[in-house]
Amino acid sequence: MAVPNVVLHVADVHKRFGGLHALADIDLQIEEGQTHAIIGPNGAGKSTLLNVCIGKLAPTSGTVVFDGQVLTGKKPHEINQLGIARVFQTPEIFADLSVLQNVMIPALAKRDGAFKLNLLRSLDSQTTIRAEAEDMLEDVGLFGRRDTLAGSLSRGDKRRMELAMCLIQHPRLLLLDEPTAGMSRHDTNTTIELLKKIKSRGMTKVIIEHDMHVVFSLADKISVLAQGRIIADGTPDEVRGNPKVQEAYLGGTHQ
Amino acid sequence: MNALLMSRRDAVTLAIFALVVLTMPVWLQPFGAAYPGLMQKFAIYAIFAIGFNILFGLTGYLSFGHAAFLGVGSYTAVWSFKLLTMDALPAIAFAIILSGLLAVVIGYLSLRRSGIYFSILTLAFAQMCYNLAYSVLTPITNGETSLQLNLRDPRIIDSALAPRPAGLPSAGLFGHTFTGLEGFYFCAAALLIAFFIAQKIFASPFGMMLRGIKSNQTRMNYTGFNTRPYALSAFVISGMYAGLAGALLAVTDPLAGAERMQWTASGEVVLMTILGGVGTLIGPVLGAWIIKYFENIFSAFNEQIVSRFFDFLPAGAHEVVTAVASKFVGEGWNLTLGLVFVLIVVFLPGGIMEGVRRIAHLFDKSRRAPKAPAKLSTQPAE
Amino acid sequence: MDAILAQLLNGLDKGGAYALIALGLTLVFGTLGVVNFAHGALFMLGAFCAVAFRQLITMETTTVDPGQLSPWGAPLEIKTPLAQTWFGDFGAVMIEYSVPLSIVLAIPVMLIIGIAMERGIIKHFYKRSHAEQILVTFGLAIVAQEVIKAIFGPNPISQPMPTSLRGAADVGLWLGMGPNVLTYPWWRLIYFVFSAAIIAAVFAFLRFTTFGMVVRAGMADRETVGLLGINIGHRFTIMFGLAAVVAGLAGVMYTPLVPPNYHLGMDFLVLSFVVVVVGGMGSLPGAVAAGFLLGILQSFASMAQVKGLIPGIDQIIIYLTAVIILLVRPRGLIGRRGMMES
Repeated sequence: MAVPNVVLHVADVHKRFGGLHALADIDLQIEEGQTHAIIGPNGAGKSTLLNVCIGKLAPTSGTVVFDGQVLTGKKPHEINQLGIARVFQTPEIFADLSVLQNVMIPALAKRDGAFKLNLLRSLDSQTTIRAEAEDMLEDVGLFGRRDTLAGSLSRGDKRRMELAMCLIQHPRLLLLDEPTAGMSRHDTNTTIELLKKIKSRGMTKVIIEHDMHVVFSLADKISVLAQGRIIADGTPDEVRGNPKVQEAYLGGTHQ
Repeated sequence: MNALLMSRRDAVTLAIFALVVLTMPVWLQPFGAAYPGLMQKFAIYAIFAIGFNILFGLTGYLSFGHAAFLGVGSYTAVWSFKLLTMDALPAIAFAIILSGLLAVVIGYLSLRRSGIYFSILTLAFAQMCYNLAYSVLTPITNGETSLQLNLRDPRIIDSALAPRPAGLPSAGLFGHTFTGLEGFYFCAAALLIAFFIAQKIFASPFGMMLRGIKSNQTRMNYTGFNTRPYALSAFVISGMYAGLAGALLAVTDPLAGAERMQWTASGEVVLMTILGGVGTLIGPVLGAWIIKYFENIFSAFNEQIVSRFFDFLPAGAHEVVTAVASKFVGEGWNLTLGLVFVLIVVFLPGGIMEGVRRIAHLFDKSRRAPKAPAKLSTQPAE
Repeated sequence: MDAILAQLLNGLDKGGAYALIALGLTLVFGTLGVVNFAHGALFMLGAFCAVAFRQLITMETTTVDPGQLSPWGAPLEIKTPLAQTWFGDFGAVMIEYSVPLSIVLAIPVMLIIGIAMERGIIKHFYKRSHAEQILVTFGLAIVAQEVIKAIFGPNPISQPMPTSLRGAADVGLWLGMGPNVLTYPWWRLIYFVFSAAIIAAVFAFLRFTTFGMVVRAGMADRETVGLLGINIGHRFTIMFGLAAVVAGLAGVMYTPLVPPNYHLGMDFLVLSFVVVVVGGMGSLPGAVAAGFLLGILQSFASMAQVKGLIPGIDQIIIYLTAVIILLVRPRGLIGRRGMMES
């Protein structure tokens, strides 16, 4: 591809909460196939930005355009049906359903759309969906636990399952909100491996993260957010060498 | 795929359930409950509870107003008897349609809110129906005197087909009037169909979506589902079940009163579902049977029977025990019910089915690794 | 104008009862996070404190006086109420004023019932879902009403108000109108003043005592207060007792207006939940405002003119208001965001 195809375009976005200017002048272009990380110290506005990206919060001004469609004002399910899937900071899963069911539900959402009164067909007859879900579980290494209640999984496993729930929909854009938050080093590393594997398939991803280890091992491009503004933009190496970033974020405590 | 196809396990369950229901006149004999009036109630309230459970058990939305649909079903059926024919099928069809329509309206509005707000909205709507039935709607509902058949009723279809009989007619099927156990078997057939449909819903993708809504509505939304129509469908289906139950009440006794719509009646179906086990197929049926059985048996007890029962006790203790125990039977049956209910919610939130599962689990442990039990929380939808 | 004023007044006493019940309900929800479906039952239990008190002091001892003969020649039986045997003439006054006096009985009884309920059952439900809380308190309400039915029977037991308060106050005269233009029964006036006083007392208690401050802090942010190392549980138990007392007193004073029966609580519960929701879950001023508002609305809806315009409106006005408010302003008049929705 000569000209990179922009999947998500955040244009000129401002967000105010009362007197607080949470986001100012944000301009982001997420290119197809790239892993784009957004980093920044706590309170920099990362979560606000993510929520604006998925239409959960309406920007005070500016637009968010995904694949030619304005996201502002759309409901979560409509945004998902456009092809955006999201992994939450604390896994949002169906705790009292089995792992397999957790993964089958999004597969059905992909196939059947936002609503289908599918009440007289048996779930057992949905063999393709089931097989697809099982393959996906195999991929993330949870096949052996497919009949366990999702709520009883470890935090790392819950995250991997949530990832599987997103991946099975083959989204055009995957948003990850601190995918390794609260994880042990071991779990973090397996998650990174998993994300690398996904990356090799060319899926577009936006990662919000503050763990540098994760960011630098995954991202193609990094935007640094501080006090609601993007202060730097570029490849990991460019960002690493940027003095402003070192001052705002890396400086002092990090090497 | 064939719509009737079901898993082997479900088919076996259905077969056993059918056997149990259809042989009721036999096995209820020793319990003193094998008379048509009571068995009809067993079948009818089981339908009501199964329907309620499709909403509460699967989606977690706790409705406190389902009696409104029961009442509308009854009124509709009686009007169908009065105006058209004593045949049960049109009465049931109209009742299901009308209660379904009412459920669309109430559900559409109530489901805009969740949690306790949803409960209060359904309660408010049901109370409005109840109060209106007692006041301005008297021309339709006949107010406190209840809607009844009348010798001057037109019964257009019946009159056209056959000469009018002397006296008040009873409901029937294709010109045949129900006598003896036929009324029960008719209700039992309706129960089996209702149970079968509930089984299909439980095993369908739709059923899984409803469980998803109960489990985590946020995730459902971010997974791309529009949860509102799913919940509304469940609401309407359960409203139609209630309408069917109401119509059957009218079929077995052509009379409809507003007290059927009172919120205590809504509370009763909640109780049945909880007692049996929320979110299970069989639980609500068991709950309905147990409550209706004990209501019937206990409320018929009087002090003499209690006194005779405790005859073995020495004189002083006998009087005390009799005096105390008799507070719990007869008129006091509701006290027993309330206590049992509190105990169940405190100690066995999954109801009887959870108890059964726990016991089965004890026996089962050595044989194989236990399967993960379906969690039976009564968590409301987010 | 007079008619409107009259309806306004008519709504006040009922509104007072709604406000008092809703106040307790909100207090319990705000502090404990518990949806208490047994709160109406507490109102009913309060009312039966008045009944029990009266039955106790009017229990009679019968003595036979052989010296006196009744008109048909049998020795005269003299019945003396217990209160009179114990307290002499003061006993007669006690019987006369049994309803307001039974407050003395109601306060400790309701406090004990409230605390016992909280310690025995409710305590275990703080962490459970609202649905489960509704269910268990619903069961408790059934138990309470059935116990009362077993003791006092199913029929309403009317409680006479003191003779001196039976007439009506000529409120119009106070407002500069002609005599008998606008009258209002004394007892209903007293009920309104009484409920206003209790509401003021509860608010003062919450505002001016340390205890109240902690409770209010707990209502606003439970976790933080818990983290401060303040034993909130202990205070919450007392709050529950207090809410029970408020509901009970509302019930005691209401008995002359409506003879209490065992299902009085259920009748009021549905209404007071509507009041709480309309006011906004967790908002005390909201509950009070909505209580009076709905009482007055109800009294306007039962005016002949209004009924003529919209038949049946008096029957559904409360529920209709609730539905409209919930759909238009889901958090009620003064509700906090996110309350009770999960």
